[in-house]
Amino acid sequence: MPDSATLIMLLEGTCATLYMTLVSTLFGYVLGLPMGIVLAVTDREGIKPNKFVYKLLDFFSNIIRSIPFLILLILVIPLTKAIVGKSYGSSATVVPLVIAAAPFIARMVEASLKEVDKGVVEAAQSMGAGMFTIIYKVLLAEARTSLLVGVTIAVGTILGYSAMAGAVGGGGLGDIAVRYGYHRYQSDIMIITIVILVVLVQILQGIGMLLSKRLDRRVNK
Amino acid sequence: MEPFIRVENLCKTFFAKNGRVEAVKDISFEIGKGDIFGIIGLSGAGKSTLVRCLNLLERPSSGKIYVDGRSLTDLSERELRRARQNIGMIFQHFNLLMQRNVLDNVCFPLEIAGVKKRAARKHAMELLETVELSEKAKAYPAQLSGGQKQRVAIARVLAANPDILLCDEATSALDPRTTKSILELLKEINLRYGITIVVITHEMAVVREICTHVAVLENGRLEETGAVKDVFCSPKTEAAKRLVMNDGPDIVTAAVDENTKEVEDFAG
Repeated sequence: MPDSATLIMLLEGTCATLYMTLVSTLFGYVLGLPMGIVLAVTDREGIKPNKFVYKLLDFFSNIIRSIPFLILLILVIPLTKAIVGKSYGSSATVVPLVIAAAPFIARMVEASLKEVDKGVVEAAQSMGAGMFTIIYKVLLAEARTSLLVGVTIAVGTILGYSAMAGAVGGGGLGDIAVRYGYHRYQSDIMIITIVILVVLVQILQGIGMLLSKRLDRRVNK
Repeated sequence: MEPFIRVENLCKTFFAKNGRVEAVKDISFEIGKGDIFGIIGLSGAGKSTLVRCLNLLERPSSGKIYVDGRSLTDLSERELRRARQNIGMIFQHFNLLMQRNVLDNVCFPLEIAGVKKRAARKHAMELLETVELSEKAKAYPAQLSGGQKQRVAIARVLAANPDILLCDEATSALDPRTTKSILELLKEINLRYGITIVVITHEMAVVREICTHVAVLENGRLEETGAVKDVFCSPKTEAAKRLVMNDGPDIVTAAVDENTKEVEDFAG
């Protein structure tokens, strides 16, 4: 059984992981949501097709998504230093996490919005709705269940990425697992961190799915 | 007198990967105010494309559409949005907002028009009464039958108080009896609010049931147009003759037949 100092460390690690995950998800959506909307709207089948804008964002998001996270982490260190002031610790990890998550989130938002029935969009157009009304009141509103499932997936993925940042001193549970499990051969602590990570993912996943089901009106109930 | 809707030399060509498709070929016709105008043709005749051109959901390749003397194709985007609020449309698959309840669906065009929420709700409730669905105000579209969904769609269209109502195969997904009740509702709306109605259909019975005028479409061309009784009694073109000849049983009798059949089955 780990002593109280270890327990406190694990508790702090859990908090740090949650902090990185949630803050990164939030900022990931601040960037990714508008980007996803623009992708869906400017697509050939979208409500305002624009080949140039679409291709540009498409290219940009594919590039970032093709860089392995561990390398991106190192690559953006100058930017991280400029924004946070240092290149290690939980807050510093948020920067590469957001950069990695935003295009990924944008893709999921794009896919969710494209699921919305074209007929409903057309009905709104036939009523004289403008582009922003359609985005806000038709696309985002009708896709909300799918968008929430997307948030759940994003949180899970970002949580996994945040643990990876442990390899370069990123803080949180991943950091603990690497330091104790890898460098000191204390596999018991490593296993505990894994259990905590699994439980965290399960809880976040559960909340997300429950919310998206609760908010879905398409089912007969 | 200037006709209410005038279509002049309308053409629509689609460019697909495997060549070009001329969906609508040089069509001209006029619709008078308060008419119920049927556009009939087999699937692929171009009737859906034609009706979608009437509110510019589809941009015509060439030609003009005048509504109340104004040329739609010459309007700015903003003016077009205003004009569309005056041209309602209902669809084969209803196209209701699935995440909004019935009342909020009917409120939607009022939101677009910038009506205050309270006033919008009050007006929407009145319209739900018109289509006999007041008790479903809080229900969601997934909980309704096809006929009820189309009634909600009609109430939603009426909310914007339009002068024109376009119906794109509005009864094609419905059974004969429900079709009949929807057609009756359309007729009532036409009489009560004086709304000009354009009905797209492949069913002759629909035309006979409610239309005052009809246009026969075949392969993207307008074959014949005129008052329903003229086209029915003395079709001039082959296309019109074919449609009149192949005309199935009356919707009314079809529904009755179904009833009697059920009774017979039960008795037998």
